[in-house]
Amino acid sequence: MMNMKPIGYNAQTRRSFLGRASQGLSAVALSSLLAPNVATAAPSLGIFAAGTPLPQKAKRVIWLTMAGGPSQLETFDPKPKLGELHGQPMPESLTKGQQLAQLQGQKLTCFAPQHPFTAFGKNNIEICSLFPQIGSVIDDICFIRSMTTDAINHDPAHMFMNTGSQIAGRPSMGSWVTYGLGAQSSDLPGFVVLTSLGRGGQNQPIAGRQWSSGFLPSRYQGVQLRSKGDPVLYLTSPGGISKDQQNADIAAINQLNGHHAELVDDPEIATRIAQYEMAFQMQASVPDLMDVKNETNETLDLYGCKPGDGSFAANCLLARRLAERGVRFIQLYHKDWDHHGGVKDGVALKAEEIDRACMALITDLKQRGMFEETLIVWAGEFGRTPMSQGGSGRDHHNKAMTVWLAGAGIRGGMVHGATDELGYAATENVCTVHDLHATMLNQLGIRHDAFSVKFQGLDAKLTGVEGAKVITDILT
Amino acid sequence: MRKPLVAFVLVAAMNQFISPITTAEEFVPAAMAAIPQQPLFNRDVRPILSDNCFACHGPDSGHRQADLRLDLRDNAIQSSAITPGELDASEMIARIITTDADLIMPPPESNKKLSPRDIEILRRWVQQGAVYQNHWAYEPPVKPETPTDKNAVDALVQARLAAEGLKPSPQTDRRTLIRRLYFDLLGLVPTADEVSQFVNDPAEDAYEKLVERVLASAHYGERMAIGWLDVVRFADTIGYHSDTPRNVWPYRDWVINSFNQNKPFDRFTIEQIAGDLLPDANLESRVGSAFNRLLLSTEEGGAQSKDYESRMLTDRVRAIGSVWLGQTTGCAQCHDHKFDPISMRDFYNLGAFFADIQEPIIGRREDGMLVTTEDQDAELKRLDVAIAGTKKAFAAVEPNLDIAQSQWEADIIDYQVTLPELATDSKASAPDKKTAQSVADALKKEASTRTPQESAAIKSYYRDRVAKLFKAERDAVVKAESDRKSFHDSLPKCLVSVSTTNRRTVRMLPRGDWMNETGEVVKPALPHYLPQPDFGDRELTRLDLANWIVSRDNPLTARTVMNRLWKQLFGTGLSKVLDDLGAQGEPPVNPEVLDWLAVEFMDSGWDMKHMVRAIVTSETYKQVSTDSPELKAADPDNRLAGRQSPFRLDAELIRDFALSVSGLMEDKIGGPSVKPYQPDGYWENLNFPVRQYAADGGPAQYRRGLYTWWQRSFLHPSMLAFDAPSREECVAERNRSNIPQQALVLLNDPSYVEAARVFATRIVTECQGDDSQRIVWAWQQALQRDPREEELKVAFDLVAQHSKIYQENPAAAESLLAVGQTKLPDGIDKVQTATWTHIARVLLNLHESITRP
Repeated sequence: MMNMKPIGYNAQTRRSFLGRASQGLSAVALSSLLAPNVATAAPSLGIFAAGTPLPQKAKRVIWLTMAGGPSQLETFDPKPKLGELHGQPMPESLTKGQQLAQLQGQKLTCFAPQHPFTAFGKNNIEICSLFPQIGSVIDDICFIRSMTTDAINHDPAHMFMNTGSQIAGRPSMGSWVTYGLGAQSSDLPGFVVLTSLGRGGQNQPIAGRQWSSGFLPSRYQGVQLRSKGDPVLYLTSPGGISKDQQNADIAAINQLNGHHAELVDDPEIATRIAQYEMAFQMQASVPDLMDVKNETNETLDLYGCKPGDGSFAANCLLARRLAERGVRFIQLYHKDWDHHGGVKDGVALKAEEIDRACMALITDLKQRGMFEETLIVWAGEFGRTPMSQGGSGRDHHNKAMTVWLAGAGIRGGMVHGATDELGYAATENVCTVHDLHATMLNQLGIRHDAFSVKFQGLDAKLTGVEGAKVITDILT
Repeated sequence: MRKPLVAFVLVAAMNQFISPITTAEEFVPAAMAAIPQQPLFNRDVRPILSDNCFACHGPDSGHRQADLRLDLRDNAIQSSAITPGELDASEMIARIITTDADLIMPPPESNKKLSPRDIEILRRWVQQGAVYQNHWAYEPPVKPETPTDKNAVDALVQARLAAEGLKPSPQTDRRTLIRRLYFDLLGLVPTADEVSQFVNDPAEDAYEKLVERVLASAHYGERMAIGWLDVVRFADTIGYHSDTPRNVWPYRDWVINSFNQNKPFDRFTIEQIAGDLLPDANLESRVGSAFNRLLLSTEEGGAQSKDYESRMLTDRVRAIGSVWLGQTTGCAQCHDHKFDPISMRDFYNLGAFFADIQEPIIGRREDGMLVTTEDQDAELKRLDVAIAGTKKAFAAVEPNLDIAQSQWEADIIDYQVTLPELATDSKASAPDKKTAQSVADALKKEASTRTPQESAAIKSYYRDRVAKLFKAERDAVVKAESDRKSFHDSLPKCLVSVSTTNRRTVRMLPRGDWMNETGEVVKPALPHYLPQPDFGDRELTRLDLANWIVSRDNPLTARTVMNRLWKQLFGTGLSKVLDDLGAQGEPPVNPEVLDWLAVEFMDSGWDMKHMVRAIVTSETYKQVSTDSPELKAADPDNRLAGRQSPFRLDAELIRDFALSVSGLMEDKIGGPSVKPYQPDGYWENLNFPVRQYAADGGPAQYRRGLYTWWQRSFLHPSMLAFDAPSREECVAERNRSNIPQQALVLLNDPSYVEAARVFATRIVTECQGDDSQRIVWAWQQALQRDPREEELKVAFDLVAQHSKIYQENPAAAESLLAVGQTKLPDGIDKVQTATWTHIARVLLNLHESITRP
């Protein structure tokens, strides 16, 4: 905690601090409250619930959000039967009374998968031939083809995927995780967000609430690292103020605050002093993080990116660098998956942008011995219809989508769950977003049903009130 | 309970496993947590039952287990869960103390566990007869007796302190007092002169006079508005997806003005919920009714009407719960509330009140009602007169135009002329061609057989495209009309409530599912569990809802509002959970104070300034904010108000502090929202359309924080860093965090850098002394006190250090002084100004500067 006085310098203050905290927050986060932002992992995971502590398989999460809603039918869910029925009416038995977005009330026609599928890996898993690089590491990946979600429009669907609720004001999963486990880095935020645009132009808006800490303290909110301008907002000192001058001012502020603390005995002052030091450190550590010039050519070639080009691949490389520096939750958004029209060329373009990068991230983490302690999740906010929209595209769809996971105790080279033969609805081992969250928390050593915070009278949980299950079949 | 109740034989057998209750001290460190000898249901028992038992044995009929309710005494006794006075015959007691994992309550998978203290409270309570009380917040507030010669707040606070064996703290010094009062009621720091005048005012009623001056300031309304705008989720954009702008800022000014006029809170409420339905509805009350339009909406293609109709209904029901009732109504969207008596039917009944509001469910909002001043109305009238004048002038020559038109028509027909738009080589646009074609077709008909539309089409074609006659007169009409349009476009507009008889049908949505249309159709009705008048068979309106919310029947509104006011003035509510006065909230630490405030509020005619005055003139408010060892031990969180509490300023006020100390602040009340400097690209994730942020120039750049453009999905980052909420949901209580981004904002945001360098200009130009005198002067401006010796030394060293650097590198000084739009005074010493910018900057960053004392 740098130069601040230990918070416990006055036993009574310390107790009152804890007392205050524990009224609003469950005991879970005490460790991070004691050492704001700089907390190491909670000493004992047993505090997450009575009973046997869970082993912690994942130390961190890298969540690859494919924003816009990737078509499972042109990525990871092969449906030859849909190809056979191309152009024919969709069987009404499947679609009657179902929630659709733009296709609501329209004639529903089967639309064939637009690209061939190829088998990869020791278990001959079929995925779309546009993704050979992902295919090359398929034995490390577990596909869930039976994922479903509640929402069907982008904004609420992202909210549901990120917070487990469609109502604004809930904490994002990255906030939950850093709240529960604290950060491992002393000079970077615990929850970092990176975004990249696709070249197809269907870049749906993403609201800042997607990485909001909601009702949790703001220190758990996601911090966006930007590829242009200041990587972190307001990171750069004003023109005409050198690093030494900035340092001198911060030192003066902290000295004066320290004098003030002696007179007023306000524990917030000690925290503020620590935050100014953290801010100063971030001014050095973030540029260092963003500067990839020390990466070898082999690494840059592996990802296939140019340093600082703002691409998804560059963000994957940054994700690895963030992981190395102890950031707990790293979320990447790659946009432009909203293929209401032109799904064939659209997904091909996306494959060019992400295929190599996903492989590179897995490979790079493996080479550095970090793969087994990093949970990677690839997911959109919903899937897309097997029915045609406008003759070349697919509409939003919440009955079926494919997500994949890798690393941190996830079984590789497997497929979990299945959809019906036309890919309309998940039918076998149906999974919910809450299940996905529960599984993620489980790998992090957190019991999802015991991990709660009081909010508006409820024990609010990331996994909701309806109950969720850890998808144990996909775990080693 | 989960399983059928076991036979009494078994209960008796289990009793031998009851271990003696361990003494409380082993488990509960804080002195306040001693186990009461006579536990009270509302204070001690209900919180335990609610948190641990009601989810399965409470109001929610859908989830109830074993048909047992513990929230109702009769039911609990009938089921033998509780036998008053007989622990051995009370199954509930047996179940909470058993060691059998299959039988213990709460069940292990609920992750709930009773502490030994909880168990002992329940035991004592059952032993003493299991006396229930109605939930405190649903009982009408009763004004406690207080001595007539003493401030009632003081009497009640001090009585409670005395009961705990505590004494109030001493009164604070005058400097602290005026700074506290200014921050709390104006949101501004007093000037050094104002502080010194007050400190040196010999009058006995100096403070009372100060309070009156503060209450009369137009900045009072601005300060009071901030909390209200949070709780009603006021923002400049729609929220979902594209998050595009909408016209609502006149509502913000209505809130400010209402507080400044001290509009009675009942009227303030009624105008917001039903300002359009009032018999005396006027422009002002209609602007108030914009409240109903502040919810989130969407323009996303593919959004389903039914989906958003349901979202908007639930948004409104949650708002009524948060803003006025202090009830978490949102919980009852999918099922009966698990802890409070709010049923799912209550939820949809409340939603049905708003089914008359005319609005698009999906898509762009309308521009809204014109909100004009008298001058603007006069100007509109003048422009109308001008149009009429030009039309009259044109009409005078118009018959000649008609003659010319007849001649043109005859020529066309006689010589079979093709209209230019229809020529084979025409480059006319498709709509123009279409118009010309319909005119050509009409011209082929006999004049007498043309329809009126056809005749009008010919006339308008002739006049617009053909006639070159009387161009001056015709142009004058066009210009007058366009003048009016551009003036009209520039006028303020506001989304407001407009009632339609074509009401939306409101159904109960099973499990909240908008696809399911099997639910019963419901009408507007008040929550069944709260006292209400008999309306007969009459269909209720929003006006009925509004009137009831502020009626004496309703025990919740005055308490909810006074609890929030207490929080504004003391840092924590009397009941800590501001938006939940229900079972899962917190019973007030001093219910007498809350009830006195609530009743006094209503008795005074809902007079907000009266209530503010009553609190801020109390000794309780004026206490020091430092702890004594006794208070620290007994009441570490200062819940009993035995002292004051320091807390960080709200985001808007931190900006205001920098602007006012630097002298940059533009002291205007109201107007369109403004755009302070914002990092480039911060809106890069917005789309439909892609948006560029253009910071305001001139005075608009220096408006107070509350006028900041409120972009819900990307709130201004310096506001966000200091916990301003996005206002996507109603927020009664802001976080008060302490994070590194706050340091980055105060150090590096150009708004604060500019404020520092302009503050430095003041130091250099307004104080002609040596370095020490300038430091003292700067301290006085920011903190209204002299620096202490050790502070002087820190500042002195800092001046020396930076001065040396800028002397060696004047270009760096230039560069620092170039931040922001403000021009430097001619001939000012740049090295000096840049140097003092650092002192200014340090002052703007101090904890003391951004803390309400």
